[in-house]
Amino acid sequence: MPKWGMVIDLDKCTGCQACSMACRVENNVSFAGPEQAEIGRAMFWQEVLDTEMHGHYPFLETQFVPRPCMHCEHPPCVKVCPVGATFQTEDGLVAMDYELCIGCRMCTIACPYAVRYFNWLAPRFPTPLEQALNPDVPVRPRGVVEKCTFCIHRLRAAQDRAEKEGRTLRDAEMVNLPACNQVCPAAARYFGDLEDPESTVSRLARSPRAFALLEELGTEPKVHYLTGE
Amino acid sequence: MAQDEETLLLSPLTRTSRGFGIFIALLVAVVLVGAAIYGYQWANGLSVTGMNRPVYMGIYIVNFVFFIGLAHSGTFISAILRLVGADWRKPLARAAEAITVFSVPFGAGSILIDLGRLDRMFNIFVHGRFESPLLWDVVSVSLYLLSSIAFFYLSLLPDIARCRDRLIDVPRWQHQMYRVLSLGWKDHPEQYRRLEKVLAAMAVFMSMLVIIVHTVVSWVFGMTVQPGWHTAILGPFFLVGAVFSGSGAVVVTMAVLRRIFHLEDVLTLKHFDYMRKLLIALTLVWLYFMVAEYLTTFYGQEVEEMLVFWQKFTGTYAIPFWVMFTLCFAVPLAIFLTRGKRSIGWMVAAGLIINVGMWLERYIVVVPTLTRPRLLSELTMGNYTPTWVEGVITAACFAGLLLLYALFTRFFPIIPIWERSEEVEAYLHEMEE
Repeated sequence: MPKWGMVIDLDKCTGCQACSMACRVENNVSFAGPEQAEIGRAMFWQEVLDTEMHGHYPFLETQFVPRPCMHCEHPPCVKVCPVGATFQTEDGLVAMDYELCIGCRMCTIACPYAVRYFNWLAPRFPTPLEQALNPDVPVRPRGVVEKCTFCIHRLRAAQDRAEKEGRTLRDAEMVNLPACNQVCPAAARYFGDLEDPESTVSRLARSPRAFALLEELGTEPKVHYLTGE
Repeated sequence: MAQDEETLLLSPLTRTSRGFGIFIALLVAVVLVGAAIYGYQWANGLSVTGMNRPVYMGIYIVNFVFFIGLAHSGTFISAILRLVGADWRKPLARAAEAITVFSVPFGAGSILIDLGRLDRMFNIFVHGRFESPLLWDVVSVSLYLLSSIAFFYLSLLPDIARCRDRLIDVPRWQHQMYRVLSLGWKDHPEQYRRLEKVLAAMAVFMSMLVIIVHTVVSWVFGMTVQPGWHTAILGPFFLVGAVFSGSGAVVVTMAVLRRIFHLEDVLTLKHFDYMRKLLIALTLVWLYFMVAEYLTTFYGQEVEEMLVFWQKFTGTYAIPFWVMFTLCFAVPLAIFLTRGKRSIGWMVAAGLIINVGMWLERYIVVVPTLTRPRLLSELTMGNYTPTWVEGVITAACFAGLLLLYALFTRFFPIIPIWERSEEVEAYLHEMEE
């Protein structure tokens, strides 16, 4: 059974946020609007965290950390869900059943990465974007929690295609499978099977440059970052 | 017990004063406004609250913890003190238990008000997962509510029968209510023996439950790995806080009942003095937990823990934090050691102050942690200001609690009659022999 994972090279990332935009369009993520965003209700399945700039010109330093869901091997969110609305798939993805979620937000407070979003409002899409919704991804109603799925719909479609053609998935077709990876102009993002020792993500995750966020919590994130030479 | 004392205790049940009528009307109005505002929240979703990301929980959850805590007074006074044989509790027991019975529904209700999809609430029963601390809450709080009602009702039974037999002039429907609710109680010695046996057994069960319930309430927070929450002290600290605020509420209730129903000879200064001593102990235990929790955090100096720590001590939440400390510790202790010795008025003030302080304490536990999540960037730094909607609904919950309590005292004797009757004592004495 594969374990899907992602590697993000922070030294390549320019902080352009194309990943965040592609993710929003691909996954029908609601537009909170400027007023709601101001009070902390913006939704970004893929958010680019930035650190404050420090140092003096011309020796300024800042860092961008693109942050999708970590799809932890030991997800704290899945443990606390009272109804099983968030669960782990066989291939290790942390998925959501929007029909089951009761909106208690236990998962949102349990996730140490703050990757989970609650729909405070009914989904809204400024005209004409409501006509450009992705039919492969359900639009979430008000009152439920949602988060990055690693583009599970693209993944399942690719698996079906491979099965029809009677072959296994090739690493090359996986690397840029999620929408965020596909658009990354710096080619800083990689996707693939962490169980396959030959895959791009496995090789990169074994690199001495690799680390994960909040590793000390024992969540075993399946998103790895690369930094430093 | 003298006949005239019984008449005194039953007298509020036969007439309604004008002031009481106005008070009830006022409470009903607040509750109705709250219900209407909840309708508004239902129509517009939780966006009408001040909650956001990452402060996913606000004063609804604070109210949940507070009301469940307030409820602990009753069980503590009636069950735990029953077990240790403290007879001075007898006249206060029912007044305290009534706080439990009427407070728990608002605690449980606050969770429901906070749900994003109340319409899917039944998923908890159909798809419930016991790995989730929320399920532990659902089980323990509902068990607590049901057993408190049973315990309360059983100890009320002989007095309902007394109302049925003595209060002949009350309106027909009221008499009918006593007749149905008394379940054909006959005042037979054997019935008292059995009742006493059941209550003694239930007291053991309730005492265990009271400890479990508030610990489990704390575990909704404590089981996550968030800074400020993930500590084993949270459970016992919640429990002590619960008994603390509950006992404060008992003092206030005692004084109000004493004044309104002229119970000066039943609830004496001696009872207030027992409560004063109990509260001094609780104030000090509260301080002990406070020091133990924050000194451990401070000495360890873990980066993420300290962000939450400074949020409370000097940051955004410094004012509520220090006000909380003053109201939970400094002011009440000063009152208990000086003026409170002789003055019921000062004791009431202390009881109210403790409860304001304890509400703030719950707020300080829930909110600051959420404003400083581990994975910190400017985008995830949080702020939270409750909106008027949350304010009105909170006010309505408190009004609802007062309303149920007031109505109860209008129709049922709030001071137990049978437990203090000499006849019954004689039966029970016989039983012991």
